[in-house]
Amino acid sequence: MVKSARCGQVVWLGEAAVALSPDESGRFSDLLKEHADGLVARWAELVGAGLQGRMSRPELERQTRDLQKGFQQALAAGARDLKDEEAAELRAQLSELSSHRARQGFSANETAISVFALKDAVLDVLGDTDDINTLRAFVSFSAFIDRAALFTFDSYVRVRESLIADQTEQLLELSTPVVKLWDGVVAVPLVGTLDSARAQVVMERLLQTLVDTGSPYAIIDITGVPAVDTQVAQHILKTVVAARLMGADCIISGIRPQIAQTIVALGIEFGDIATKASLADALRYVLGQKSYKVVAAKRTER
Amino acid sequence: MSEESRQVPVASDQDVVRVRQLVRTVSVEAKLSLVDQTKLVTAASELARNTLVYGGGGYVEVSRVRNEIRAGIRIVFADQGPGIVDLDLALTDGYTTGGGLGLGLSGARRLVDEFVIETAPGEGTTITVTKWCR
Repeated sequence: MVKSARCGQVVWLGEAAVALSPDESGRFSDLLKEHADGLVARWAELVGAGLQGRMSRPELERQTRDLQKGFQQALAAGARDLKDEEAAELRAQLSELSSHRARQGFSANETAISVFALKDAVLDVLGDTDDINTLRAFVSFSAFIDRAALFTFDSYVRVRESLIADQTEQLLELSTPVVKLWDGVVAVPLVGTLDSARAQVVMERLLQTLVDTGSPYAIIDITGVPAVDTQVAQHILKTVVAARLMGADCIISGIRPQIAQTIVALGIEFGDIATKASLADALRYVLGQKSYKVVAAKRTER
Repeated sequence: MSEESRQVPVASDQDVVRVRQLVRTVSVEAKLSLVDQTKLVTAASELARNTLVYGGGGYVEVSRVRNEIRAGIRIVFADQGPGIVDLDLALTDGYTTGGGLGLGLSGARRLVDEFVIETAPGEGTTITVTKWCR
């Protein structure tokens, strides 16, 4: 395996062909140990230049020193590839670093450079050399770092994806409040696009609130929905039917002129469902149904 | 005589939202009235969803057009899906094969000024709609 690399053929990265020989990992472990201080300083400097002061120097140096120790210990234990048992500790360290960076909002580039910079630092320590064996060893070592950086990048992406999934969920929660307008009257102000997932959340929330508050009236306000197409209409209709099954009356409010014309052109029928132009109209209608009367208070002179 | 055209692939629900946003942006640029903006955006939403759900995905192309008297917006919805077997039936209000309201295709036709549909079983479907500024 090692031989094929030595023949100068093109060997694709990721195969054992570029793995470090036991001799080489020992050598680099010694090198990392011997030049620890110089390496860490140079490494932190390179990484710090990319981060542009968004991380304090002592913190960066501590992080870099930990990483340097991780690399050194993995190599000293005889790790020849990042997948090896001996490198388990290092892998844990790298994924912690990337999750830290991802959560702090650093870019993928800035995260990867934290690992790649070790190459430059080692090259500086090695200095000018014509020794072919040193060069070969450096190429293998460099491939090791490449895989470490790819691994870091991978975990970075995974953390970011989970962040996005969390935010999507939070957004769903945020965008569908059910508010109490009056005794026995709840309202759902819909804002934005009403897709199937949100329609489901809205329906669940509304039905649960109807049970919790024992409200006989629910107002669905669509002022904030930019376009009502057949899918949106169908979701609203289903919600209304479900609420009716539970004995609550639904009123749809916030139907603006352009939406009304579009609904007519599409041919959507809301049947006997009460619809109003504004939330205020809907509330007045409900109060009327409940035999309340809204009157101006008489001003009394004191 | 198209001036500029923008293409959006349609492969997921998010893409339908993207189509809607693009059509809205172009409608505002073309100075369509608020009612016409809403009508065109709604029609685009219906047809893009058809492209996704029934056509298995495709692309949408939005372009500004101009004839002798007026300017307008032309949108092409194209898919390589199974095509429509009975076009008259598909354009009937309330007819659906997918559990919707059955108003998308027929409703979209009423929302725009020009509506051209090219389809054959197994050949995919291409729908071209145009809305003229008034």
